[in-house]
Amino acid sequence: MRDGSAARAATVSVEPALEERRLEKEHEALDEQWRTPPGFAGWLISTDHKSIAVRYIVTAFSFFILGGINAAIMRLQLARPDAHVVGPDLYNQLFTVHGSTMMFLFAVPVMTAFGLYFVPLMIGTRNVAFPRLNNYGYYVYLTGALLLWGAFLLNIGPDTGWFSYPPLSGPEFAPGKRVDIWAQMITFTEIAALVTAIQIIVTVFKQRAPGMSLGRMPLFVWAELVVAFMIVFAMPAVMLDSSYLAIDRLIGTHFFNPAEGGDVLLHQHLFWFFGHPEVYIIFIPALGMVSAIVETFARRPIFGHTAMVLSMIATGFVAFGLWVHHMFATSLPQLGEGFFTAASTMIAIPSGVQIFCWIATIWSGRPRLRVPMLWVIGFVILFVIGGLTGVMIASVPFDLQVHDTYFIVAHFHYVLIGGSVFPLFGAFYYWYPKLTGRMLSETLGKWNFWLFFIGFNVTFFPMHLLGLEGMPRRVYTYPASMGWGELNLLASIGAPIIVASVVVFLVNVWVSRRRGALAGENPWDAPTLEWATSSPPASYAFAHIPVVHGRTPLWDTRDELPVVTGLRSDCREVLVTDLLDAEPDHRYGQAGPSVWPFALAVATAVGIIASIFTPWGTPVGVVLATIALTGWVWPKGRERRELLAGERL
Amino acid sequence: MRAWRHGTAFPIALVAVGQHAQSALDPAGPQGDRFIGLWWLSLAISVAVFVLVVIALLVAALRRRHEPVAVEPVVAPEPAGERSLGRVVNAAVAVTVVLLFVWLVASVRTGRAYTSLRAAGSARAPVEVTITGHQWWWEIEYPDTNPSLRVTTANELHVPVGRPVVLKMTSTDVIHSFWAPNLGGKRDLIPGHVTTMWFQADTPGVYRAQCAEFCGYQHAHMALMVVAEPAGRFRAWLAAQRQPAAPPTDSLRARGERVFLGADCTLCHSIAGTPAGGRQGPDLTHVGSRLTLAAGTLPNTRRNLAGWIVDPQSTKPGSLMPQNPLGSEDLQALISYLEGLR
Amino acid sequence: MTAARARAVVAIGLGALAAATGCEREARPFRSTALTASAPGEVTVSVLQPGPRAPRPEMAEGPYDENAYAIADGKRLFDAYNCSGCHSQGGGGMGPPLMDSTWIYGSAPENIYATIMEGRPNGMPAWQGKIPSDQVWRLVSYVRSLAGLTRKDVRPGRNDDMQVKPAESSMPRQRAIPSTKP
Repeated sequence: MRDGSAARAATVSVEPALEERRLEKEHEALDEQWRTPPGFAGWLISTDHKSIAVRYIVTAFSFFILGGINAAIMRLQLARPDAHVVGPDLYNQLFTVHGSTMMFLFAVPVMTAFGLYFVPLMIGTRNVAFPRLNNYGYYVYLTGALLLWGAFLLNIGPDTGWFSYPPLSGPEFAPGKRVDIWAQMITFTEIAALVTAIQIIVTVFKQRAPGMSLGRMPLFVWAELVVAFMIVFAMPAVMLDSSYLAIDRLIGTHFFNPAEGGDVLLHQHLFWFFGHPEVYIIFIPALGMVSAIVETFARRPIFGHTAMVLSMIATGFVAFGLWVHHMFATSLPQLGEGFFTAASTMIAIPSGVQIFCWIATIWSGRPRLRVPMLWVIGFVILFVIGGLTGVMIASVPFDLQVHDTYFIVAHFHYVLIGGSVFPLFGAFYYWYPKLTGRMLSETLGKWNFWLFFIGFNVTFFPMHLLGLEGMPRRVYTYPASMGWGELNLLASIGAPIIVASVVVFLVNVWVSRRRGALAGENPWDAPTLEWATSSPPASYAFAHIPVVHGRTPLWDTRDELPVVTGLRSDCREVLVTDLLDAEPDHRYGQAGPSVWPFALAVATAVGIIASIFTPWGTPVGVVLATIALTGWVWPKGRERRELLAGERL
Repeated sequence: MRAWRHGTAFPIALVAVGQHAQSALDPAGPQGDRFIGLWWLSLAISVAVFVLVVIALLVAALRRRHEPVAVEPVVAPEPAGERSLGRVVNAAVAVTVVLLFVWLVASVRTGRAYTSLRAAGSARAPVEVTITGHQWWWEIEYPDTNPSLRVTTANELHVPVGRPVVLKMTSTDVIHSFWAPNLGGKRDLIPGHVTTMWFQADTPGVYRAQCAEFCGYQHAHMALMVVAEPAGRFRAWLAAQRQPAAPPTDSLRARGERVFLGADCTLCHSIAGTPAGGRQGPDLTHVGSRLTLAAGTLPNTRRNLAGWIVDPQSTKPGSLMPQNPLGSEDLQALISYLEGLR
Repeated sequence: MTAARARAVVAIGLGALAAATGCEREARPFRSTALTASAPGEVTVSVLQPGPRAPRPEMAEGPYDENAYAIADGKRLFDAYNCSGCHSQGGGGMGPPLMDSTWIYGSAPENIYATIMEGRPNGMPAWQGKIPSDQVWRLVSYVRSLAGLTRKDVRPGRNDDMQVKPAESSMPRQRAIPSTKP
């Protein structure tokens, strides 16, 4: 953490006061360069990380609501024993689509979307590193999402669970194209996730504001960085896996056919090697959100910043050593059981460290209990419950009893909803002013929180007991004689309370969009750089790139934020800094809006969807993608090249 | 529109003596007992940790709510305060590590106790049973070196009380999982693998077990009755099962047998002692003696049997048993015949 | 909101595409649509008969040529009822091959139905009364898939067994050639 970088940058070109008119003209020139073209075309060709991230967030949230409707129908079916609201075929589709939607179409995209929006702002740069790729990622994700939901609405929804274990999902036992749609939906969302991950890694490594050494990076940025690396390592496993499944089904390979030397457990290993880190991919950004909120509302820097960073990194590593605890019932050697039990127990330590650090921060700060803080408190309470049951099921003998029962359903909803959706709502209340320029209503926010908190516990707490009383997961009904009726009814009563809460939230968003109090740049008096931009941020975000002297830049310098100048305003230039200390390295001209990413997304979609039906889909897709890529990288004129060439500082 | 809308709401009153609720909290064997010990330990630790954390959190959040809100954030907190805070956090982490270690040790000890049954059981000539999972029923075989003494039955596992049982399990279609909560633990039935599971029932009674791994449309209706009985009764049961079906003595049952042998049934079902030798569905040689029909779905009554034969798709939509629209006289005769297969 | 509208258009377009290709294929016909008593009926040796042909009630059920689930079910039954004993996975042995394009007694669904139900000379037994008619229709559509007479995307993939032939879904489409040679 040397101070040299910032100091040098400052001597190069700190100009705290520019005359008003020149500034205005410069802003106009910048906006001319950076803004997204208006209208429908703008949607297709945009390269603005903010508009793409908002699209991601809105799309992902829409799928959260759709997945929630699935869940509500399931609760309706399970409210009474021997009910006939839906039959097994539809029920299986419901829970498969619910799980796949929540994991692949909601949780991961929304978490990385918040990163796409706020990471560049928090590290003081004007855009992500590969803006066109970003647009491509969104359309690939959108196509995958529409594929799954279009299929489901036509009664072709996948019906073998979000994990799709062969042989049940294999060619013999899953006729038709339902599972292929699941497998290709995975392909789409994984491409999108990888694109986003690479985006975030490069942006964080190379585009931080001068002076923002790694040690000064906000915790949310750290969280997104750790998650991006996890995505890079975890997603290839599931892509491999879903591809094996798809070609087993399409052209009759034998990866999962025991009679020809394949093994059905191979799928489980590959799937959970991705599937377990996936949980942390969803959870770690939430840790970053909680840290951001706690820091702002406790009115002090996070206690134990370094410990927090190390905890997140440790979680990221250990998360890859847990996958077999999803497979304890498949018969493992005892040594394996011991290893995975120990690893699964160990991951509680970094989580504990973080919870203690937050409590210490709140304790020693002067907490303001605004709505985002309520969600954080709710998060800690629910996450502790989910974490404790998580430690319980790390034990093999314990897990063998509750594995694949409602106890597990309760556990992971406590971890995923309590651990991720609660922070997400908090983050939404926290950052909504930045996204729209207006505050969300506090009153509705409190209703939103309390309804969700109560509804959630009423729904999911009884499930712990149901699991212990022997109710397995993924059953579309149960006999009255089992005695599970009352608790199931109770759980089903909680569901409408959650629905009511989400309705309150939507009303709040809708009403506040027009009539909310104006937010101003920094309504919460928060310390990080995203609050140094206007609300909502201008297309270029920062007219001048800020210089950072500490972990809480807006608190460190209360009056005027020091900046560097010298980036051109007549082309899309960003400042590239070095990896460790963020010393300015060179200026780099970014690519602007282009239709080719969208064309490539279409080519990808054609290739992937066609290969559900015929092996020729892949070559056709490759040819189309090659055409689109050629268009994308086609050499531009000499002048443009020079403009883009960048300049070493 | 959907085929399963008219299901029968069947009355459930399993008339078996000693029917236990399917629950992990009502153990009936050494492994179930061990789980209970582990459960109470983890519950105690968890409640303590939860209460402490939530109290700390709420006190931290609320203790200054009456103070005026500070306008200026504290950018550089006092080092002394930070140090004492650090000590508390370190202590909390240390306690966490210790608790986790205690839990780990308890878990490993319980795991070893689980396998000790295997070690002890091997020495005591355990009852060996082969279970094959099918969509959506359980094929159960008591192997014997003498093929004529082998017993094949379905959806009902009889075991003697107080003797270790080893299950050798596999599947011919998709992955299933055997789970008898009262007897402890579960084990997957995986095509291409043979998994083993040890358990022992100490209290006589009927314990319901259920498939725990999602296996398709009728995953919800794939149950199994574990009947734990004194050694003598178990031996008697096994001896009875080894007998072929008794030929019908009255004309009604004789007609039933003719219906059975003349209709679709024989392609899938076997009845030892008759030409019926299908292996696709459960063996029906002693179907009348079983507690339930359709893999633990219906109590074995005359009415349920009739409903199941005529229209299995309303009870278990997606089941592989086809509908059998028999004339009512044929049906009555068939039921009488099947009921008599004891 | 042109963009929202555009998205709606895309969604509808995708939906229509899937509807055109998917719905019938993906239905799950668990129960027989027209339940008829499978008690032994009269066995007709030939479909030739004087006067207008009497409609057979069970014709209403099938065939299931467009339904992947029913065809897969047919494949399961083909195995379960030991059709391979003579037709050897469709390659033919004691009985004629079913994978080729040559059809002695006709390749239309009702021909195959009659072949299974009523049997044929030289060894094909009559399954009337042994296999419920709904299952026979499933077998019919599976046999037609074996011969490449159904659409590729409804045919089954490989089985989880030793492979003796390529999966039905990998077979090319074929045209049935009537044969006069019994």
